[in-house]
Amino acid sequence: MTSDTPARRRARVFSRRRGAPSRARRRLGAAVRMLAALVLAGGVYTAFTPGAFAEDNVQLSAVAREGKALYDTSCISCHGRDGQGVEDRGPSLIGVGSASVEFQVGTGRMPMTRQEAQAEQKPPQFNDAQTEQLGQYIQELGGGPELPDGPLVANLESDPDALARGGELFRVNCTSCHGFGGGGGALSSGKFAPSLSDATAEELYAAMLTGPQNMPVFGDNQLTPEQKKQIITYISVQLQDDKDPGGLFNLGRYGPSTEGMAIFLVGITLLVFTSLWIAGKS
Amino acid sequence: MKRRKIDLAEAPKNFAKGVDDRFQAATPLRGLLNKVFPDHWSFLLGEIALFSFIVLLLSGVFLTLFFDPSMKEVPYDGSYLALKGTMMSAAYESSLHLSFEVRGGLFMRQLHHWAALLFMASIIVHMARVFFTGAFRKPREINWVIGVLLFLLGFFAGFTGYSLPDDGLSGTGLRIASAIMLTLPVIGTWLSAAIFGGEFPGELIIGRFYIAHVLLIPGILLGLIAAHLGIVFKQKHTQWPGPLRTNENVVGERMFPRYAMKQGGFFMAVFGVIALLAGLFQINPIWLFGPYRAAEVSSASQPDFYVMFMDGLVRLMPNWQIYIPFGDGYSIPPMFWPAVVGLGALFTLPMAYPWLEARKLKDKRSHHLLERPRDNPERVGIGMMALTFFLVATISGGNDVIADKFHISLNAMTWAGRIGLLLLPPLAYYISVRICLGLQQHDRQVLAHGVETGIIKRLPNGQFVEVHQPLGPVDDHGHPIPLEYAGWVVPKKMNRLGALAPAIKGFFYPVEKPADIPVSPAVGGPAKREEIKSGR
Repeated sequence: MTSDTPARRRARVFSRRRGAPSRARRRLGAAVRMLAALVLAGGVYTAFTPGAFAEDNVQLSAVAREGKALYDTSCISCHGRDGQGVEDRGPSLIGVGSASVEFQVGTGRMPMTRQEAQAEQKPPQFNDAQTEQLGQYIQELGGGPELPDGPLVANLESDPDALARGGELFRVNCTSCHGFGGGGGALSSGKFAPSLSDATAEELYAAMLTGPQNMPVFGDNQLTPEQKKQIITYISVQLQDDKDPGGLFNLGRYGPSTEGMAIFLVGITLLVFTSLWIAGKS
Repeated sequence: MKRRKIDLAEAPKNFAKGVDDRFQAATPLRGLLNKVFPDHWSFLLGEIALFSFIVLLLSGVFLTLFFDPSMKEVPYDGSYLALKGTMMSAAYESSLHLSFEVRGGLFMRQLHHWAALLFMASIIVHMARVFFTGAFRKPREINWVIGVLLFLLGFFAGFTGYSLPDDGLSGTGLRIASAIMLTLPVIGTWLSAAIFGGEFPGELIIGRFYIAHVLLIPGILLGLIAAHLGIVFKQKHTQWPGPLRTNENVVGERMFPRYAMKQGGFFMAVFGVIALLAGLFQINPIWLFGPYRAAEVSSASQPDFYVMFMDGLVRLMPNWQIYIPFGDGYSIPPMFWPAVVGLGALFTLPMAYPWLEARKLKDKRSHHLLERPRDNPERVGIGMMALTFFLVATISGGNDVIADKFHISLNAMTWAGRIGLLLLPPLAYYISVRICLGLQQHDRQVLAHGVETGIIKRLPNGQFVEVHQPLGPVDDHGHPIPLEYAGWVVPKKMNRLGALAPAIKGFFYPVEKPADIPVSPAVGGPAKREEIKSGR
């Protein structure tokens, strides 16, 4: 670059130190700055994001800590530590929300008896308070849909059309699996849509919101909260409240299959005995 | 004032004389009222169908007064709140009006529907009776064919009626009917378009089905039922073999008064049972189904039970589509085989059966005496094979309900149906043939050795033997002389011989008098009571 007398070389070295940095130095400096920026960004990120691997989650409320204790004894074997899920055993619970927990645990479907096509409803293993604790834990763990406060059934006094609109929504969205009468129906390979005859308003709302088992999710974009309440109104007021004007026996509202059985078991049986009786009188 | 004297006792006679003077009715009426009908409980099964048809006509007339067969869209403004304001066809609206506002309307609707189910169920039971007893043999083949046609017409009457209320379930059924028409090669689309007046569902089908349901089909049904009864009347009813009964006579009761009274009573009983069903059991709750929308198909959508076998066959059919690269290309969808070919075969084969059997047996004689099912094992086997096929197909028509309620996989139900449809009928054939042969053999055994008495005798050498009561005379050694089988019930218990308890008499059994008329050709023989004593 320049001449190479020793003085100049010394001066050049000096001036190089004082003047423009050398290439290696520039590179070193850039690396240090990049490292600092990374450390800063990573540090900020770590500071502001809840750690999935946090050993001692100080953010959990008291209720959620109770829930975590229950979770760690009853749910962890399938859903894994901190609800991360275990492959081929149980799905991750991050983001499923308390609504899902309240439905699955509150109806006894969880904990599951065994791995099968679909969890059966059975007597709940946890009481209401424990279910709430579990729900709170899962909610604080990963967020997700929650049941709204307030009544889940439309007030027919102030909104008399809710029943008919609910019926229409029910027929469009629900009957293809649960049937016109809400008696339930079969799906493929052992899966099924359960009967709605004993479902509470909370269970119905939570089921629509979270899509448990094989049910699709009816989020608030598909069915607004008001429409969900209308459907619940139709199910609880019309279907569950024994509105069978046609007789003492509704034959399960399964349609022609039980009606066909009834005509043979009741009609033909009675009349065969009648004909035996009449022909016997000779 | 002079009172006119009216002798009440003479009044009917005078009235009848007056009628006869004017219309000369006595001679034809005498023949009619004295006509003899053989009496057996199984001969009353066909009457159930006849009487439910009468109930169908009466209740159907009531329903037509309120039903509006129109597909015009109207808003609902009736008393059923859960549909208020919903747009629906006038047909569905008037069916709801009939169910909720018309006094007794829902009862009449249910009466009509239950009567329809009973009509079809009793036809099946009646056909089974006719088949298994060989009542279809010459000269009654044509009446058997008419019977099969009556079932087919009832099938279509039921289907059109099921479609009329235009609710969600009946629309789904119509959709399937349209799909079946579309499977017909070449003519399918044309046929469907002609029947629905364009694309499914169109706006005409309810009006067209209405005319078919209230006029055309019932008219043909009425004509065929009249022919069916007229032929029975002309050819005289078959009878069971028995004392005094031959192929040339008819033993039974006169039409008047006893037979007519029994029939009147039985009509009341049938009407009563249908009314009981209509009042107690809810059927076809159309208000839950909503108006028909093509997008709304409920799970567990089934046709009525007598159409379910076809639905079942369609459900079981594997997905075998045939493509024909000819012209623009044609295809035969898998549904064509069960729904069109299957339905055709299931109605033509039974119709041809009387001639097939006669040809096989080289039997050209006329038969007026029935055959006990056990005496023709092959026929029973074929009948059981057909019934099993029908039953498996019908059950498969409801396989989703069964899968759900009994916690079975729906896929397993489908495969069980497919395998069952092929394996169970031959199995039923084999089992029923073996049962018939076993029963035959037991009859012959009793005729040869006598009735088992339940008395064990010890012989001097220490051997134990059961004492048998011979039905007829014995030879010099005390062994019964074997008796001919007479085609009728062989007594198999001591009380049937009057030995242990009063002879058969009771609520459900005919009170027979063994004293003057022998029950079986052999019963009149000397009863060997001594032998029973010796066993004690």
